[in-house]
Amino acid sequence: MANETTISITVNGRERSSEVEPRMLLVHWLREGLGLTGTHIGCDTTSCGACTVLLDGTPVKSCTMFAVQADGRALTTVEGLQQNGKLHAIQEGFKEEHGLQCGFCTPGMMLLGAALLEDNPNPSEKDVRWAISGNLCRCTGYQNIVKAVQYAGQKIESERSGAQA
Amino acid sequence: MFPRSFEYFAPTSIEDALALLAEHGEDAKVLAGGQSLIPLMKLRFAAPDYIVDINRIQGLDYLEEQDGSLRIGALVRTSDMERSELIASRYPAMAAAAPLISDPVVRNLGTVVGSLCHADPQGDWASVMLAMGAELVCRSATGERRVAIGDLIDGPFTTTLEPNEIATEVHVPDPGAHSFGTYLKLERKVGDFASVGVAVHLALDGDRVERAGIALTAVGAGNIKAKEAEDALAGAVLDDATIDRAASLAAEAADPKTDLRGSADYKREIVRVFVTRALSQAATAKAA
Repeated sequence: MANETTISITVNGRERSSEVEPRMLLVHWLREGLGLTGTHIGCDTTSCGACTVLLDGTPVKSCTMFAVQADGRALTTVEGLQQNGKLHAIQEGFKEEHGLQCGFCTPGMMLLGAALLEDNPNPSEKDVRWAISGNLCRCTGYQNIVKAVQYAGQKIESERSGAQA
Repeated sequence: MFPRSFEYFAPTSIEDALALLAEHGEDAKVLAGGQSLIPLMKLRFAAPDYIVDINRIQGLDYLEEQDGSLRIGALVRTSDMERSELIASRYPAMAAAAPLISDPVVRNLGTVVGSLCHADPQGDWASVMLAMGAELVCRSATGERRVAIGDLIDGPFTTTLEPNEIATEVHVPDPGAHSFGTYLKLERKVGDFASVGVAVHLALDGDRVERAGIALTAVGAGNIKAKEAEDALAGAVLDDATIDRAASLAAEAADPKTDLRGSADYKREIVRVFVTRALSQAATAKAA
């Protein structure tokens, strides 16, 4: 196709290159270009946050960014949370606290939670609710999502203090 | 949803970006945060032939005071405003507005300057900047000019920015040693546009208001500067009668439309309530 450009983006620690049209949205590149379908398309209108990914650690809506804009940068998707077969603390939190029902909003919620805990390892309920305030859960399971993020924060803290002891 | 096909440029210097606009201006759009432009392109309300992405230009993300006034570079995100100690300590109207704009994830990309250039009548930043008397610095390949925010907004989603220009900075005058500011916003839920927003900035001299800035969001074809209300406050002491009068004048300046967010009468009443609330807060803060 005419007007294609080559991009190279580090996705979950691995460099991925491909030819894209500039109008290709980041979420389509992840899902259709790389087959990483963990990133969901919810509203497609910048409203729901299901497509949230981390761009150099910062949460962004991948339906409202062109793939070319991420050229040369690093992305984390939900597939990148688990490391060496071990669940990320946020994933464990969602499992332990029943943080998901249908699971559609879960990838975005987990990435937001992971980013929040980087800045604030011990968030209050209010901090968590504020951080996820732009992401919709249509099962309305917010209570357990908040608990899951707090569980993960405590787990990270206890692992850190354990490592120091 | 797919935007229409376009040609993409990601210049690394402002000069290169300006040269691209000199060549393609009429058919080009500048991409900063993209949180308004990309949704418009997806809906095909906008279908530019060329996109000039300015995100790879170094040095446009400054947020600093120089000679007493504040400069906000074109790549300062709303989340930067939300987290800035300078904004929290000196610019309370901005500090109040930032966390109320859209949602946390959109704020990570959306820019202040971009919001002004988008000129959505429901945009919050333009009201804050109108109240504070800010100017936009517009550069083209041939020069630079400053435009007051009131002169920038030409109607809904329409500005007086020339096709060959890039808005590089917002310039906010010194708020004064004693000032008060706030932004009050009624929204149905996080992430929704304002049903009504009110920005208030007061420069104070003891008991008296030296200069007042009041601007309204989402109650007209553009952000509205409530000039009569501002004039009623200039030189006055913030007693109940003055506050009532200014609030009524601001409500009269509003020109709301009935829509899914409420009736015109309701929105006008909210303007009156918000202005009363903000000025009462200023009076209390001063007395403390």
